[in-house]
Order: sequence, then structure tokens, then C-alpha cells
Amino acid sequence: MSLHRGNQYLTGLGLILALTAPTCAAVEFESYGKATTELRLFTEGAQFTDQSYNSNTSLSVEPTLFWHWNDNQDSLSFKPFLRIDQHDDERTHADIREFSWNHQGEDWELRSGIRKVFWGVTEFQHLVDVINQSDAVEDIDGEDKLGQPMINLSFVKEWGIVDLYLLPGFRERTFPGKQGRLRTELYVDQDQALFEAGNEALHTDFAVRWNHFVGDFDLGAYWFRGTNRDPILQIGTNGSDMVLVPYYEQMNQFGFDAQATLDSWLWKAEAIWRETDTQRYWATQAGFEYTFYAIHDSNADLGVLLEYGWDQRGKDANAIFQNDVSIGARLTLNDAASTEFLAGIIHDLDYGSSSFQVEASRRIGNKWKVSLDGRFFSAEDARDPLSTLGNDSHIQISAERYF
Amino acid sequence: MNLQAKTINWLLPAILLASASFSYAETAEEKGLAIAKQTKQSDIGWTDMTAQMQMVLRNSEGQESIRDIRMQSLEKKDDGDKSLSIFDRPLDVKGTAFLSFSHPGEADDQWLYLPALKRVKRIASRNKSGPFMGSEFAYEDLTSFEIEKYTYKYLRDESCGTEQCYVVEQYPVDEYSGYTRRVVWIDQSENRLHKIDFYDRKNSLLKTLTYAAYQQYLGKHWRPDMMKMDNHLTKKNTDLIWTDYQFNTGLSDADFNRNSLKRAH
Repeated sequence: MSLHRGNQYLTGLGLILALTAPTCAAVEFESYGKATTELRLFTEGAQFTDQSYNSNTSLSVEPTLFWHWNDNQDSLSFKPFLRIDQHDDERTHADIREFSWNHQGEDWELRSGIRKVFWGVTEFQHLVDVINQSDAVEDIDGEDKLGQPMINLSFVKEWGIVDLYLLPGFRERTFPGKQGRLRTELYVDQDQALFEAGNEALHTDFAVRWNHFVGDFDLGAYWFRGTNRDPILQIGTNGSDMVLVPYYEQMNQFGFDAQATLDSWLWKAEAIWRETDTQRYWATQAGFEYTFYAIHDSNADLGVLLEYGWDQRGKDANAIFQNDVSIGARLTLNDAASTEFLAGIIHDLDYGSSSFQVEASRRIGNKWKVSLDGRFFSAEDARDPLSTLGNDSHIQISAERYF
Repeated sequence: MNLQAKTINWLLPAILLASASFSYAETAEEKGLAIAKQTKQSDIGWTDMTAQMQMVLRNSEGQESIRDIRMQSLEKKDDGDKSLSIFDRPLDVKGTAFLSFSHPGEADDQWLYLPALKRVKRIASRNKSGPFMGSEFAYEDLTSFEIEKYTYKYLRDESCGTEQCYVVEQYPVDEYSGYTRRVVWIDQSENRLHKIDFYDRKNSLLKTLTYAAYQQYLGKHWRPDMMKMDNHLTKKNTDLIWTDYQFNTGLSDADFNRNSLKRAH
């Protein structure tokens, strides 16, 4: 569905490229990518109907094709993505993560096409990161994103980097389908999505961001105007099923992020002020990361993290991090296989619920990486958004093959 | 006028005499520092450089693992150098890039670009002694040589291969260094490093770095094609093989910022 719109941009982009294509300069080409097999083993029986399975296998592939010419001043990258899921038809999906032409000038850069942009500094929540829609069917951590069509002009000045974004077209969030686990009690029917904007998902958004560093401090601030990436989920029907229907409002948002890098300390803070038709609020995520280097005279480093997330709307917030403390630890062995362990707990101070995550990963040979993840949810209070995942604690084994 | 000229005439021999006697009484510390300054001085003017770096990591059973890195660096006259490293292998870190602005005598500014997330992350430069990419090279072994980073003591002259070398002891100033001292062999003809012995925090010999196959660029700058690090404790070793050195390629500050990190491919 959303791919159709992507195609229009592709055609447009193809034209740009055809017009600016080099006539004499040599074009260099490179391709690489990864394929992943993932197995999820759920520790409990399903909470809702249509989820009657305790293990799920899934495959994904993400190749990158990259061309550059004009002494690296111009480049084109194409990164499609495909996932096939054993049970969830909504999780079986394709996307164009990247199809972008990059042109570099003296102190500016023009990036046009479908791209991904990351903003922010904190680890447990990416509050200020708003350009790309979450590919939420991929994972629950909000780190997987859908490609966003954009024209991005970036200037590098003495006083910082300024990015101007024109974002033609909006990507709707993906949600697990009826057969998916790790979902809300009522599944989300994306086909019925509603928009505040008259031109719906064709609305053109705009953003401007400044970021700079002064000594040990990295700072960023932005203004975003356009479609809110976080939908309001309203109750509706699909045939005889009760469903959730996403409603996408328009919003104005100011965001700030800062990091102080002082010796072994990283102090981090993010804040947003968001205004829509129905609400106006502040939210923040802030904390620190401290690293113990060469623990016990070994090569291993241990990082400890503490963050707090707050949302002015309190329990009315449709956000997970409305009054939550997160604690984490990252153990890096710094060995040839890049062995790493991560553990994190997010505790909700309003509802008393917790989610606990452990991750272990290492490289095998030069082309494989394996990881073992465990996610455990404990939520008693039915009003807590996390409670719908109460039976979805699972262990995930994945193998990534790079090519 | 006349008086001034006379004074100068009188002063000049005095100064010459003083400096002569000074060099005669030069301490081992002063001589060590002088050699370091001479080494740094002799390489000034390389402007900018690009090169390919391959690391071959070998464990005690001889199993190999490869890292390919593209390097760019920019010489800065009144500050430390700037550098950008782009990782090509292992494949799971392909496209990862590292930007560093070094500052002699204070903490470096460092950023890491993670291509999967498209995230630029400011990182702590405090981690000097940790292994670079799981190799036998520590981060501090790969950063540019700055005079302020050590205090010095000249030990002796010694032959090194066909050359005659100064042997100098260097004591890291940084409290976070993994070493108590390094013993460095520098040849007297061209100020090239031949060997470094690294002594760990307990002052026992930990690693030896040997340089080989030097080539001269722009008629002035000597660079080794091969650097070999042996860890005496773990019996692991890492070869660092340099190819495609290019100088004066026209790089500028514009090629070393957080936007250039994101361009890494």
C-alpha cells in the first residue's frame, strides 16, 4: 500500500538522476547487505485469540546498492527491505529504507529521496527522533524505521550544522496484525487510518534543525511542523471485529537534545514540546552513562546507564515512558569477536510494571553475527499500555549473514 | 646606534658560549625531549593524507581475522590533527565511521557513526588503553604522536638493522594510559621509528611493535608499509598493513565534520 506512494518518488528521483547523470566521470558501484533468520520462543500461551502459537520464525533481507561518481561528490544509494513472517501477515512486509541521491558542495550537501535520519542522544527512548515513522511491526524498541521521502539541504557553518527538511508524503506506522503477538488487545486496522490533513498521507511536512558542539558539549534544537508520527488509536470495527483505527493529527513540535561528554561520564538529555489540536505538552528523557574501563585489568569495559522519562500528560499519555526509570548495563569484551552483553530494565513508577531485556551478541568468522535476546514483561494493571504484552515474554535467537 | 651594535657584538659570543656549554651538560631528559622534537619537526608539512589500512589479527592458535579501514587525516599547525576512519571489514561494521579531533594535552573530541541507525554518537575519549577492534593495538597506539603526550629520557645509542638508533624512554603523561613507559628506537639518519617496547601498568614488558618497509613520500615523509604488534603475554599478534598512501590530496576541514561522518560508505 504505502509502497505505491514510494514508487512515485522513485520515478521522480530516477528523472533527477537521469538529468544529472555523469557523462564522462567513472561511476563506481558497490553492493553489500545482510540476511537475518530470527526465531522467537514465547514463554507463555497467548493472551488473545488468533495468536495461538508459541514459536515464530521470520526471515529478512536488506541489500544495499551504492553508486558514486564525480570524485565522490555525488552518490546514489538504494536499500530495499523485505521480511517474511511465519504467522503475521502484517509483519510480512517490504519497504524502501533508502533510495537517495546525495550531492556534496563546498560547505553544503543536498540529500534527495527516501532516507532515514536519526536525532537524539539517549538510549532507552528516542523522544526527539521524529523524521521517520517507526516500523513498529519489526520490533518493540522503536529503532526500526520506514524510509521517509525528503529533500534535505544541510549547511556546515562555524556556528553549527543546519538542516532544512522538506518531507513530501507521510508514512503510516506499521502494526502487528490479527495473528501477530506483541500487540494491543484489539488489533490495529491500518486500512481505515484517518488523518487531520485534508490531503491525508500526501501532506508535506517541514523541519529545521541546528546542531553544534562546543568543547565537551553537543547540542541540538529543532522545529517540526507536520503530521504527528504517533497516531491516536480509536475504537472501530472491521466486519464483526472490534479494531483500533489510527488517527494522525497535525502537530507543531520543538525538540532539544544535549550531551556532555566528561571523562567517563556521558550526561544526556532530550526534551520535546508538542502541540496538536487535542493536546499540548512537554516530555523529557534524561540520564547518564558511566563506563568502567578495563575492569579487573581485563580488556572488558562495563557501562552503566540510568535514564528517567517523563510526560506532562501523566497517565493520560499514550506513551510508555510517562513516568519511568530505566537502568541498564553494557558489557563489551573488546575481543576479536566483538562479544557484547546488554541488560536493561524499564520500571513504570505510576503502574508498578516492569519490562526486562537481556541481549548477547558476537561475530562468528567474518560474515556471521549471532545474538540471543530475552524480553520479559510484568504488568498487572490493565490500564497500563504494557499490560497487553503481559503474556508475550520471549526469547529470540537470531543469525545475521552479511554479504 | 653605535653603542647598540657594540653591545650585540659583545653579547653574541657569550650566547654561543652559553649554548655550547648547555648542550655539553644536556641531561638524558633534555636529550630525550630534543629527539622527540626533532622527530616531530622532521615530519611537519605532510598537510593531508589518505591510506588503506588492513589489520590481520592472529590468536595464539594462528587463526586470522581481518579488518579493513580507510583512513584520512589532516595536519593542523596549532592543534592536534583531525582524522576520519571508515570501516569496510568485518562486514557487520561496514560503513561505521570514526571522527577524531586530537588536542595535545587535553581530551580529544571523538564521534562514532553507526550506519544501521544513522546515528552520530559523541563518545568518551577516555578509553586510551582499550584494544582497537579486538586487535593487539590499543587506541593510544594508533593516535598521532604529539610531544606533550610524554616526558622523555634518552637511554643510549644502539644499532638497529643497518641503521644507528637513539633509544629513548617515553613516559605517558595521561593518567589513563595503559603503560608505565615505552622504549622507542629511532634511527639517527631519518628519525624513523624502528621498534617500540610497551611496559604495562605493572612495568613488565607487554608488547613489542616493529616497523618495516619504510617508503618516502613527497621526498620527505617516511611511512612504514607494515607494523607488527606482538603481545608477549597472550602470544597474539596483529599485523597492520598500509597501502595506497597519498599525500596532499586537497582535503580540508570540510572533510572532517559530523556531516562527512554520515557520508562514509
